Amino acid sequence: MTYERTIGDTILAVDQISLSFGGVKALSDISFSVREHEVFAIIGPNGAGKSSMLNCINGFYHPQEGTITFKGKTRRQVRPSEAARDGIARTFQNIALFSGMSTLDNIMTGRNTKMNKGLFWQAIRVGPAEKEEMAHRAVVEKVIDFLEIEAIRKTAVGTLPYGLQKRVELGRALAAEPDLLLLDEPMAGMNLEEKQDMCRFILDVNDEFGTTIVLIEHDMGVVMDISDRVVVLDYGKKLAEGTPDEVRTNQDVIDAYLGVSHGEDE
Amino acid sequence: MFYREAGQFKTSYKADQAIFTITQDKFFVGAFLIIAFGVVPFFIDDYWANAILIHVLVYALAGLGLNILTGYCGQVSLGTGGFMAVGAYASYKLTTSFPELNFIIVLLLSGGVTACVGMFFGLPSLRIKGFYLAVATLAAQFFLVWLFNKVGWFFNYSPTGMIVSPPREVFGFLITGPEASPAVRYLFCLSVVTVFALAAKNIVRGRIGRSWMAIRDMDIAAELIGIRPLEAKLSAFAVSSFYVGVAGALYFNVWLGTAEPTEAFDIFQSFFVLFIVIIGGLGSILGSFLGAAFMVLVPITLKTIMVDGMGFAVGAAKHVEVMLLGSLIIFFLIVEPHGLARLWQILKEKLRRWPFPY
Repeated sequence: MTYERTIGDTILAVDQISLSFGGVKALSDISFSVREHEVFAIIGPNGAGKSSMLNCINGFYHPQEGTITFKGKTRRQVRPSEAARDGIARTFQNIALFSGMSTLDNIMTGRNTKMNKGLFWQAIRVGPAEKEEMAHRAVVEKVIDFLEIEAIRKTAVGTLPYGLQKRVELGRALAAEPDLLLLDEPMAGMNLEEKQDMCRFILDVNDEFGTTIVLIEHDMGVVMDISDRVVVLDYGKKLAEGTPDEVRTNQDVIDAYLGVSHGEDE
Repeated sequence: MFYREAGQFKTSYKADQAIFTITQDKFFVGAFLIIAFGVVPFFIDDYWANAILIHVLVYALAGLGLNILTGYCGQVSLGTGGFMAVGAYASYKLTTSFPELNFIIVLLLSGGVTACVGMFFGLPSLRIKGFYLAVATLAAQFFLVWLFNKVGWFFNYSPTGMIVSPPREVFGFLITGPEASPAVRYLFCLSVVTVFALAAKNIVRGRIGRSWMAIRDMDIAAELIGIRPLEAKLSAFAVSSFYVGVAGALYFNVWLGTAEPTEAFDIFQSFFVLFIVIIGGLGSILGSFLGAAFMVLVPITLKTIMVDGMGFAVGAAKHVEVMLLGSLIIFFLIVEPHGLARLWQILKEKLRRWPFPY
């Protein structure tokens, strides 16, 4: 299948980000930019700072230096809830669903920021609040349909198997209709079929909704297949950035993955 | 078999998200409400109203309030007694300062005052969680009771330090004071509790309820999908305290008639309501009612059986009652940690499949 995608202008620019916890430098001087409609992968060995990078982008960590520009707005510190309202959604490495709620409620929660009827209307729940709820339910049903999880709509997510939980989590992120979707190891711990499904969903999201995707993944086959561009981190530093082919042949990257000594860096 | 939804199709999202989706449920709840509103008032006497029905209703309302905070938003509170006192004293001050004010408005305003106080004492929840928050709310409990004991303005400088509810009417019916008829008081409580329970159910299944549950289940993830913790936690404290405040006002005006803070609103009140919520089921509207019924009716039943049926001395019966109630609570929590509401759910599921095991 081939399709036309128009890669647009820069939507997210990360400029010289440095983050440290006490004496530990998690990230130093990282810069890269992500363009609209792109699938962008962040890879690197364990402890390279990939998750920290995502946490900086959506405001969970506040980097000491550098700026992040999203949709033309430059900021260094932002609250996670405000980043979400700006259009950044994410999933987590360890599933972070609301385990006491049903699949439907979890995904509905993803649309919370789009709803605005006040407490009074909610309490009597006729007229505006009811209408709003139903309109959002319709959108959520589209997401449920898209991810093929109709059957588990009313099931409590705590009882679902791992692969489905990951899917529900993706659904919750999608329900917010984000401009930028951050996926932290969406395929960790999945078998081949589940990985294939997840890849298909990621590509479909990118294709159908035009969502820009930044993902962290350890499965190199997946990364090289689905991403447009890749950035490689190691020990909090940027090693390389470019198309999958460029990165694959980069000597520094090969060294990092094969474990060549870091020389005088250490 | 009895609870099967076979043949009942939903054709709209609205029908799918109704409170009672199954016809059997609607029928059952409808019948229950008809009996509660239409039949019980004709047979009610003073003992039934005071000892049982109003007692259960008032505590169910307080339980609803605490359930919103603890069960839905995951913030533990031991200040319920104190907040009930705020509601009671607010209603007392309002109704004595403005005797003309409709009692329903007094009730709502007392709830509003309690909501403000609750929000103030909820501020620490933004920084501290779990047991530490429980201790912080414990401070509210002791401070509020102390305040109502010490500051004469709150009890209109009455020499005994007690507050006495003046007779007030709603729609021409006397609902407070010693002259009020049990049926009217019962109906008034029942109406208030019904309306509030419906509102609570609506809130918890809407946007605000979902943001509370998100904060309860995983606060970091909630924040990362755009829920503001400040807004969610404080709104939970506000709504919860509103309910508890109204319950306190009913408790004082309609049920007790007179109150004195150290006894009526002490720490055991807080624990009593907490037990109601835990036994009834955290995060369940129905659970608040079941829990209140359990906590109120079990001691009364035990006492009746032991004193009237078995001829125990009242004092001895009281001791046995406390022990039995304690062991029952422990037994229930071991068998079903999610409370009576979950037991009811399991029973419904069993009824649905009966006579087959699965």
